[in-house]
Amino acid sequence: MYKIISRKPLNATVTQMEIEAPLVARKAKPGQFIILRVDEDGERIPLTVAGTDPERGTVKIIFQIVGGTTEKLNHKAEGEFLQDFVGPLGVATHTEGIKKVCIVGGGVGCAIAMPVAQEFHRLGAEVTSIIGFRNKDIVILEDEFKACSDKLFVMTDDGSYGQHGNVTVPLKEMLENGETFDQIITIGPLIMMKFVVATAKPYNIPVTVSMNPIMIDGTGMCGGCRLTLNQDGKRVTKFACVDGPDFNGYEVDFDEAMSRNRMYMDFERHAYEEACNLFKEVA
Amino acid sequence: MAIVQTKNPMPVQEPEVRAHNFNEVALGYSEETAINEASRCLNCKNRPCVAGCPVNIHIPEFIAKVKEGKFEEAYQIISETSSLPAVCGRVCPQESQCESKCTLGIKFEPVGIGRLERFVADYHNEHNTAKPQVPAPNGHKVAIVGSGPSGLTCAGDLAKKGYKVAVYEALHTAGGVLVYGIPEFRLPKKIVAKEVDTLKALGVDIDTNVVIGKTLTIDELFEMGYEAVFVGSGAGLPRFMNIPGEAYKGVYSANEFLTRSNLMKAYREDPVTPIMKGGKVAVVGGGNVAMDAARTALRLGAEKVYIVYRRSMEELPARKEEVEHAQEEGIDFRLLNNPVEILGYNNPDDPRDPKNGFVTGIKCIRMELGEPDASGRRRPVEVPGSEFVLDVDTVIMSIGTSPNPLIKDTTKGLEVNSHGGIIVNEDGLTSRDAVYAGGDAVTGAATVISAMGAGKLAAKSIDEYLSKK
Repeated sequence: MYKIISRKPLNATVTQMEIEAPLVARKAKPGQFIILRVDEDGERIPLTVAGTDPERGTVKIIFQIVGGTTEKLNHKAEGEFLQDFVGPLGVATHTEGIKKVCIVGGGVGCAIAMPVAQEFHRLGAEVTSIIGFRNKDIVILEDEFKACSDKLFVMTDDGSYGQHGNVTVPLKEMLENGETFDQIITIGPLIMMKFVVATAKPYNIPVTVSMNPIMIDGTGMCGGCRLTLNQDGKRVTKFACVDGPDFNGYEVDFDEAMSRNRMYMDFERHAYEEACNLFKEVA
Repeated sequence: MAIVQTKNPMPVQEPEVRAHNFNEVALGYSEETAINEASRCLNCKNRPCVAGCPVNIHIPEFIAKVKEGKFEEAYQIISETSSLPAVCGRVCPQESQCESKCTLGIKFEPVGIGRLERFVADYHNEHNTAKPQVPAPNGHKVAIVGSGPSGLTCAGDLAKKGYKVAVYEALHTAGGVLVYGIPEFRLPKKIVAKEVDTLKALGVDIDTNVVIGKTLTIDELFEMGYEAVFVGSGAGLPRFMNIPGEAYKGVYSANEFLTRSNLMKAYREDPVTPIMKGGKVAVVGGGNVAMDAARTALRLGAEKVYIVYRRSMEELPARKEEVEHAQEEGIDFRLLNNPVEILGYNNPDDPRDPKNGFVTGIKCIRMELGEPDASGRRRPVEVPGSEFVLDVDTVIMSIGTSPNPLIKDTTKGLEVNSHGGIIVNEDGLTSRDAVYAGGDAVTGAATVISAMGAGKLAAKSIDEYLSKK
C-alpha cells in the first residue's frame, strides 16, 4: 500500500498528489510514468511522474478527472492509501546535447511538461515554454513554469487569460521571426501535438511528442499501447510503454493514435457516471 | 485381470453449460475413479514415463500409492520433484510428455497420469492443514525475478533448502502467466493463490509492483546483498503479423485480451476494466494461448468464434484436450487459412461517425501444405486467388511473443541470442556471474512445465554455486 502524503487541487478537475513510494522516487526521471490502482480490483492507469523527492521518498502525480478511476482517485484524502503504485516505467526524456529547447504543454499535459522544463533548466539549457489552456479557470502551474523558463507564453483558447489563441500561435510567430531551437518537446492532447508538429515542420526542427495511449501492464507484455511510426517509408509498430512514451513527432501516425484512444469511449463515460453517482449517494 | 483399454473419462461441465460460465471445465476424478485409473498402471521396471516428465516426477511410485488409497503419501512423492502439482495436473501437455511414453499407450490409451496428478494435488489441498516446515536458514540470500512458473519453482526449491528468497513481480498479483494468461476455467486462480501462500509459509518474500530493469536493476539486487539472481521474467512483447489493419479498434494481442479478462477481471458482470464482448471473433494462431483466447471470447458472450490457423490440425500445437474442449464448445476451426488484412469501418462522409476505425472483418487466404521447413513441419503455401472475408468485430492475434528488453537493456554483460532470448548454459547460468535464467525469457513462448523444469535446474545450480562459496 502506498500512502498519500499530500493532496492539492490545482483547478476544478485537476489534482496534485504526493505518494510515498521510495523505490520509484529514487529512480524516476522526467518523462517517465507510473501505473497505479486506487483499490483492490481497480483498473491500472498510467500517469506521468510530475516530480520526485528522493529524500522524502515521494513521487508527485498530477491527474485530471476523466473517468471512473480518476474520479475515485480524486476522492482519496491525504493519509489514505493507494493499492498499487509501480514504476518508473518508460524511457526518460532525452536531454543530451540540447542547449535550446521549446516546451509546449497543453492542459493537464503541462503537468508532464513541467518536470521536463525543470530538468532542462537545471542542466543549463535555454528554456522557452508555451503552455495552453481552454480558459482562465483551468490554468495550472504558471508559477512553476515561470521559475524554470527563460521565456514563457501562457495561452488561452478564449483569451480569458494570458494571450488569446492556441499554443501554435506563439510558436509559429517565433519560428517565422527566425527563432530556432535544438528541440521542441510537446505534451498534451494528441490533436495539439499533431499541430505543433505541423507548425515546426517547415523549419525542420526536431519535435519530440509524449504519447499517452491506453495501457494495462506498462512493462511490454500486453501490446495495448502500440502505435505506428512511419520510418523511411515503412510502417513500424512500437510500444509506448517500453519504447516511449517519447517519440519523434514526424514519424507518429496521430490519426491512428487518436482513433485507438477512443476505443472504450462509451464504456468510460458510463464508468465515470457510475463513479459520480456512487459519490453522490455517499455524500 | 484384463487390462482396461481406455482411460477413466474426466468428468466435465457439459459444453453447452460451460460455454457460458468461467468455472473450471474439468471437474476432477473421485477417489474411486482415481484408484481405478491407478490400477491400470503396469508399474514397468524401466519407468519410461519418468523420462518424459521435464521435472522427472516419480510417476509409478505415486500412482502405486494412489492405488492403495494413500493419497497424501502419493502427494509427498510428487512434491519431492514438483512444486506446483495442482497447476501441472491441469495445464501440462501430458500427451506429448509422460503419457506419450506410457507402455500401456503402445496398444491402448496411456494411464491418465495428468488426471491422477491433479487428483492427488487437489486431495492434498483439500485435506491437508499442516503448515509446511520452515527449514533452518542457511544464511544465503537469493533474488528471483518474476513470479511465474519458473520463478515460483526456483523460489520453492531454494526455500526448502534454507535460502532466504525474495521474488520480485512487476504486476500487482503474483503468479505471472498463471494469473494473467491462463483463464479461470482451465486453472482456477485460487489454486495459484494457494501455491503462492505455500511459498510464503516457507518464508519466501513476494514483492509485487517491482519491475526489475526499471524499479531496481540486477546489479542493485547484488548491492542489496543477494548472492545469486534467477531471471524468470517471462515472454514479452506480443507479435503482430504486420498486415494492414492491425491498429483498428477491436484488434487485440492474446496477451492483452487475456490480461483484461483474467488479471483485470473484465469477465465480471460490471467490470472496471473494459473489454470488447460479444459479436464475432477471430483468433489467429493455434497454440494453447489461442485456445484460451477463443474460449474466453466465447464465455464473454461471442455469438461466433473462429480459430484461424495457417497449418492443419496435425500441426496445431495446442494441448489436445483444449482443442477437443474448444471443438465441443462450438469454436469454428478454420485451418489452412492465413490472414492477409484486417478490414475496418470508415465512413467517408462523416469523420465523427463513432463506428469509424472499428474492425468489420478479416481477409484470409487459403493455404496448402508444401515441403517440410526447418521445424520439420510441412510449410504452408498460399493458394493464389483464394482470398475470402470472415465478418468479425474482434481479432485476437495469438502468434507468439518476442522477449522483453527491460532486463537485457539494463544488465551489462548479459548476452542474448538473435531472437532476444537470454543465453544460458546447461546449468541455467547466463553470461553474468551468479545470474541464472529460465522459462520463456530464455526459450521464447513455451509451456508451464518446461519453465518449471528450468526453475528447478537453476535452483540446483544456485545451490551448488552458493554451497561452495
